[in-house]
Amino acid sequence: MKPLKLSYVLSPLLGLLIGLIAYTFVYAKGYSYLGNNPATCANCHVMNAYYDGWVKGSHKSVATCNDCHTPHNLVGKYFTKASNGFFHSFAFTSGAFPDSIQAKRGSKQVVEQACRHCHSDLTQHIDVAEGRDGTSCVRCHASVGHNENLASDTRFFLKDSAQ
Amino acid sequence: MTMTSSPAGNRRRTVLIVAITAVVTIGVLAMLINIFERKQEARNTFVRVVDVNDQTDDPAVWGKNFPSQYEGYLRTSEMRKTLFGGSEALPRQATADDPRTTLAKSKLETDPRLIKMWAGYPFSKDYRERRGHAYMLEDQTYTGRQKAAPQPGACVNCHASLVTVYNKVGNGDPVKGFETINHMSYSEVRQMVKHPIACIDCHDPKTMQLRITRPAFLEGIKALKASQGVQDYDPNQQATRQEMRSFVCAQCHVTYFFKGPEKRLTFPWDKGLKVENIMTSENAVPVKEWTHAETGTAMMKARHPEFELWSQGIHARSGVSCADCHMPYKREGGVKISEHHVQSPLFSINRSCQSCHRWEEKELKSRVEEIQTAFFNQRNEAMDALMDLINELKAAKEAGATDEQLAKARELQRRAGYYIDFIVSENSMGFHAPQEAQRILGEAMNNSRLGQLALRDALKGAPVKAAGQKLTAGGGK
Repeated sequence: MKPLKLSYVLSPLLGLLIGLIAYTFVYAKGYSYLGNNPATCANCHVMNAYYDGWVKGSHKSVATCNDCHTPHNLVGKYFTKASNGFFHSFAFTSGAFPDSIQAKRGSKQVVEQACRHCHSDLTQHIDVAEGRDGTSCVRCHASVGHNENLASDTRFFLKDSAQ
Repeated sequence: MTMTSSPAGNRRRTVLIVAITAVVTIGVLAMLINIFERKQEARNTFVRVVDVNDQTDDPAVWGKNFPSQYEGYLRTSEMRKTLFGGSEALPRQATADDPRTTLAKSKLETDPRLIKMWAGYPFSKDYRERRGHAYMLEDQTYTGRQKAAPQPGACVNCHASLVTVYNKVGNGDPVKGFETINHMSYSEVRQMVKHPIACIDCHDPKTMQLRITRPAFLEGIKALKASQGVQDYDPNQQATRQEMRSFVCAQCHVTYFFKGPEKRLTFPWDKGLKVENIMTSENAVPVKEWTHAETGTAMMKARHPEFELWSQGIHARSGVSCADCHMPYKREGGVKISEHHVQSPLFSINRSCQSCHRWEEKELKSRVEEIQTAFFNQRNEAMDALMDLINELKAAKEAGATDEQLAKARELQRRAGYYIDFIVSENSMGFHAPQEAQRILGEAMNNSRLGQLALRDALKGAPVKAAGQKLTAGGGK
C-alpha cells in the first residue's frame, strides 16, 4: 500500500513538471525551432548581430541559418538542432559564455561541410589538392555568411590625405 | 518482496526519480525566468528617471538614467597594467599641497633619457604612466609640471568637463568661452570646473547621440577636410555614426599647440595627419615651445597623437573606430551597451578583438605584444641616437661653436626630437599603426645621425677645444 500512496504524491508533481516544460516550450516559442525561418534564431537577443550580419551578407538570397549551420540530412539536422538547443539554453541560462560568441569545433565542421555541399564542383578540386582537413573555406571567406564589413561607413579615411 | 524489488530498493528508486525531477524542474524554471527577464529588458532599454540638459554637468545625474554606462565610467578609476601600458597604483602619503593617495609610476625614472630629451621643459620634471579618465583633472592639478612653470588655462580644454563652462564664460557662445579660457591662468580656470570629462562632453542630452563639443576639434577637422577639398566641414552635421565613434575621442587624444599670445588651442592638421604634415603645418612652423637647456635648440612638443597615428593604421583603414576596441559592446541582460570603462583592449580581447579576428585570445594577445615589443626595441635605438646628437651638440656649444655652426644640427634635433616625442607620447606602444610608427622611428634615427654628421661637418677644421674659443664659421674649407 505504501508505494501506491507515494505515487499519488509523485504523479501530480510529475504532471506539474510536464506542464511547466510545456508552458516554457510555448513561451520560448520552442515549436519555431523545428522550422527553417532565420528569424527564429534571433529569438534570443544574443543572435541579433549575427542575424543582422546575415541580412547584409552575400549568401542571404541563397542560404538560411540552417543551410550552413545544420547538416544536410534529416537525422543530422535535428540532432544538431537538439544539441545546440540544449547547450545554448544551458549557456544562456547560466550566463557562462563570452560576449563575442565563439564557434565550437563541431559547429565549425558543420559549416565547412555545408560549403562543400553546394560548392562541391569547386571544392573537390581544392580538397583533393590540399587534403580535406587542411582547408577551411570560411577562414578566407569569412564574410559571406555574415557581413561584418565596416568600410562602407567610413568615408573619412578612404579620402585621407595620401602624401 | 519476491515479485518486485525490496522496499529499500524501491525507496532508492523513488529518491532518484524525485532528485532528477527536482533538477529538471529547477533547470526549466531557471530558463523560463531567464527568458522572461531578457524579454522584459529588451522591452525597456532605458528608463528616464531624471531630466538632463546642457546645464547638467554632474555625471551622477545622467547616471541615474543610464546606470550601467555610469558604472563603467566610474570604473576608469581602476588601475591596471598591460605589458607596456597602464600603471599600477603606487601608494602615496597625501600632503597639504597634493591630496593624492595613489600615483602612477614615473616614466622619467623608467627612462631618464626623456629628461634629456625635454631638458628645460616642464615635462622633464614630472611625467608619469597613464591612468584612467577618472584621474585626468586631479593629476593635472597636482602634477609637478605645475610647479615647474604655471600652466595655461588652455590645458583645461581636455582635462575637465567643459560644456557648461564654455557656455557660461562665453555667454551662450561656446567658441567665445573657449577663446576666453585659453589665455586665462590654469588656476583661474581650474576654479570654474568640477568634474573630469563627463557624459555631457560626448553626448547630446536630448537624443544621447554623440556630438563634438570642443571648438579646437571642430577647427582642426575643418582644416583637415579643407586640405582634402571639402569646404566648411562640420562633423556634428556630416559625420557618420561610425566616424563619430572616433571623433569624440579625437577631441582630446591628439597633438596640439597653443597658437599665438592668445594661446588658442590648435590642432595642426591643415596639411594632413602624418607627423611631417603636422610639423610643417602653417601654424606649427614658427612654434618654439621651449629652448632646449643643453643645446639651445628651439623645440616643439608633441602630445599623445592617438587619433593621428591610428588614422595611419590598418584598423582605421578597415573602418574600426576607437570605441570598437576601447569601448566594446557588452551584454547587460538582454541589452547591448557600449562599455564605458574605457581602457586597453588587452583587458577585453574577446569583446574587442574576437568580434572580428577568429583566433584564440592567447594568440591575439601575443600578436599585439610582439608588435609592441618590436616597437619598444626600435624606440630605444632611436632614443639613443637622439641622445648622441644632444650630447655632441652640447659639447660643441660648450666649446664655443657659433649658432651658425650649430644651426643645421639644431634643425635636425628639432625634427628628430619631435618625431620621437610624437611616437613616445602616443599611447599604444606603436600598435595603433605599427608600420607608420616604425617609419617615424626610422626617420628620427636618421635625422639624429644626420645631425651628428652635419655638426661634425660644420666644425671640420675647427677642432673643438676649450670653451669660449672662437671657431671659424662655416667650418673647414
